[in-house]
This record gives sequence, structure tokens and C-alpha cells, in this order.
Amino acid sequence: MPYRLEVENLNVYFGESHILNDINININNNMVTSLIGPSGCGKSTFIRTINRMNDTIPTFKKDGTVLLDGKDIYDPKVDVVDLRKRVGMVFQKPNPFPKSIFDNVAYGLRIHGLNDKDIIANKVEESLKAAALWDEVKDKLEMSAMGLSGGQQQRLCIARTIAVEPEVILMDEPCSALDPISTTKIEDLIHKLKNDYTIIIVTHNMQQATRVSKYTAFFLHGEIVESGLTDKLFMDPTDKRTEDYITGRFG
Amino acid sequence: MNRIISPKNSQKIMKTIFWGSGIFTMFLLILVIGYILVNGLPVVNLNFIFGDPIDNGASGGIFPFIISTFYVTFVALVVATPLGVGGAVYLAEYAGENKLVKAIRFGSEILASIPSIVFGLFGFAFFVVYLNFGFSVLSGGLTLALMAMPTILRTAEVSIESVPKSYSEGSMALGASKWQTIYQVILPAAVPGIITGVILGMARAVEETAAILYTVGAALQAPVSIFDPARPLPLHLYTLATEGISMPNAYGTAAVLVILILIITIVTNTLVDRYTKKMMGR
Repeated sequence: MPYRLEVENLNVYFGESHILNDINININNNMVTSLIGPSGCGKSTFIRTINRMNDTIPTFKKDGTVLLDGKDIYDPKVDVVDLRKRVGMVFQKPNPFPKSIFDNVAYGLRIHGLNDKDIIANKVEESLKAAALWDEVKDKLEMSAMGLSGGQQQRLCIARTIAVEPEVILMDEPCSALDPISTTKIEDLIHKLKNDYTIIIVTHNMQQATRVSKYTAFFLHGEIVESGLTDKLFMDPTDKRTEDYITGRFG
Repeated sequence: MNRIISPKNSQKIMKTIFWGSGIFTMFLLILVIGYILVNGLPVVNLNFIFGDPIDNGASGGIFPFIISTFYVTFVALVVATPLGVGGAVYLAEYAGENKLVKAIRFGSEILASIPSIVFGLFGFAFFVVYLNFGFSVLSGGLTLALMAMPTILRTAEVSIESVPKSYSEGSMALGASKWQTIYQVILPAAVPGIITGVILGMARAVEETAAILYTVGAALQAPVSIFDPARPLPLHLYTLATEGISMPNAYGTAAVLVILILIITIVTNTLVDRYTKKMMGR
């Protein structure tokens, strides 16, 4: 099976500082890959390179290639709008728009030109169901999303992301602002979603990495120290630094 | 420890001072508004509000001047709001930090602090004479627009900048273009602040006298076309008082002006509150 994402010799700079150093990683289709590592090691920068969110930073520079389905996403011919439709993102802090629950999910559909009210309503329902939020909000779709709890807001953001039918979903520490019960719900959701989506999740929680992901990559100082099957990486790491990190000796 | 005043007492003293300042401000407001209402309300009745002036306003009503106020203010806002909000969007979202942006910001600060009589002279020289708009609603409205625009621009810029960055990131990550993000996420979230700016600009336009003194004329009839001369309430008030036509009617006009401003402020504040509550789900 071909890889969904292939990253080759990727270097990222913000001005003078070298943030990512020669990253090579292949991400499998319809599986969950965890990115672990101490704060400031470049995990977030890495996933923001995959949907080109770093483009908004004026000092951003990169070399190397990032291939999505075999095509270079930094090719000048690539439409960033189209790329971000295919590579969705869920942020660390839930960030619903100050609009109604319905409009939050419908937003992505509408900006991509969908106007038919019935189709939008169906998609919204479908997406909220897929994000395991429908039962909690079906009677108050017109209410502002800002009135939901943090965990519900994060599931709404996931619903909003899957509504536009991406292939890849990037999650940047999606549970770090949530309580344990909400975290469990999001993890259950990730298990459900992995059949249809390729998920890359940044996490500081190593138990979470072992619970949700098949593959794991360990980042340190802007490099990938080790990557591979999650079980292997946690049970039998090849690199001393990985072992030190996962046993809690630093980080 | 040998303190002159204990922390507990200094806390009490400072609290009293702050409380006093607050109460004093309220007191001044009530004093000014109260004075005007007490002196002005006795002449305010339906005839005064809806009647035409007789003998230059010595008796009769002020209806043409109320119409003038709304008309001139409307023209000012129709011009100043899009320019102010547009400029604010440019400064907050597109411009980044460069010399042009600093110049625009500096320019709008200077504009906001120029005395209104100077705007009046400029309006006379430029709109009335050079563009040949004459003494008219248009000349007055445009002059007021110049004055209101910097206020609207700065307030709108601050409120656009205070929209959390996470909103626009969420929108961009869904594939929205910059403009879609601005139009559908950032501006709706900034609306309460933008409206506050428009209200501040409008308050400046409604109450302004000096800037319209040389631009709007002094008609006693209600204006119909934008090229007609007009006489907004502050100008009428100024004429009544300085030419010694009628002090009671001057107070009456002032009372109507104050009440109008109060009504506009209260109504928009209520609407903005309701909008914010709906948006934020409280």
C-alpha cells in the first residue's frame, strides 16, 4: 500500500533558527500516528508544515519535500485552499467560531461553495454523529457553540473538520485542555475515525500515544530520533534517548 | 515593623478615594444633564418637537432641525463607516508593520485631535467653495465624516485586532481564504466593537457645531435634497444662545439633543449586548 504522506529531508527555518532538521517519515494510510517529544522540539511546527499553516509566518522557510498521495504539496501549482480541505486540523485549545453549533459545522461546507440547505443539514448531522456529539446537541443546534463545555467544543471542532471530508486530520495536543472524561471521549472518537482518516496526533501524554496510535515518532531538538510501531517504540526502543524520554528521565 | 499606615488602613483609604472619584464622575454627569433637563424640559412638548420655528426660533418648534441633525449625521456615517472599517481591516489584517501603516496610524491620530473649527474651515474651502457643493447637507455631512472617520477607524482596528487569533486559524485550517475568514469570522466577532466606534463617531457628528458652522448653512426649513442647506440642533442652539433669540428655547433644544443622544446610546448598547449574548451563548 502506498503511503499517504511521505516527508523527505525536510528542514524548516523561522528566520535564522533551524526548527526542523532533516525530517524523514512516511505516514500510513488510515492509521493513527503519534508524535511525541518534549515541548519545543518541533512537533507542532512539523504538523503545521503538512497543511501549510506555517505559510502565514513571514520568516518561514523550508527545503525538502512533503508528498501527499505522491504529489508535492509545496508545488507552486498547488492551491492551498484545496490542500487544507484535504488536510484538516484540530487545535490544542478548542476554537469554535462564535456562531451557532450548526453554523460552525456548516462553515467549511459553505466556504467551499455548497449552498443546498438540505445537503448542508444532512452533512452537519452526519458530521456531528461521526464526532459523537449529535445526541448532546441535536436539540440546540441554533445555540452558540461558545456555550458548550470544553470537551464538547473540541468534538465540535472535530465535526467541523470532518464535515469537509479531509483525507488527513492533524491533531495538535487535542486533549491537553480537557478533563479526563472528555479526553476519553476524544480518544474513543479517534479509534472510530481511524478507519476513514489518516490521523497524525501530537501528544505529551505517552499513555495516550500507546492507547490511540499504531505508529509513533519521537522528536527531539527538531529531529526524529526514532519512529516505528508504537508497541515496539515503547517496549523496546533502539535509541538510548528514546528510552530515557519514555521512562521519564527527562522532558 | 513600624509602619505609619497599616496595609489594612491604606486599603480602606484607597478604596474610599476610588469610590469617591467614581461617585464624583456620576455626580457631574447627573448635574450637567439634570441642569439642562430642568431648564429645558418646561418648553419641550409635542408642538416644540414637531412644529416649525417662528421668528428664527424665538417661538414655535424645532422639527426641521431634528430632521437636519438626522440627515447630516446619516450622510456623515454613510461615508465614514465604510472608509473607517475598510481602513481598519487593511491595518489590522493586511498591512503588517511598515512605514505606510505607521503613517496611516499617525495620520488618523492627528486627524482625531485637530480642533473641529479647523475641519469647519477646511470643509468650507474644499466642499462648499472648491467642489461647489454650497452650504448644504452634503458639505456638512462630508465635513463631519472627516471628523468621525478616525474615531471609527481606530476603534474598529482595535476590535478587529482583539478577535482571538484562534478563530482565524480555525477558519484558515478549513481552507477558507483570507477574505472569507475576515468577512465570515473576524468581522462578525468584531461587530460589537465596530458598532461602538460608529456610535462614538456618530456622537461626535451629532453634537458637533464648529465643523458645520461654515458648511451646512442655516436654513429654517427641513432639507430635502442633499444640496439643500440645513440647520442641525447644535447649530440652532448656538444661534439661539449667541444671538439672544430665546434662552428658554435654547435650553429646550439642548434637552432634546441630550435626550436624542441618550436614546441612541441606550438602544445601540442594548442591541450590541443582545448580539454579543447570542454570539457567545451566554
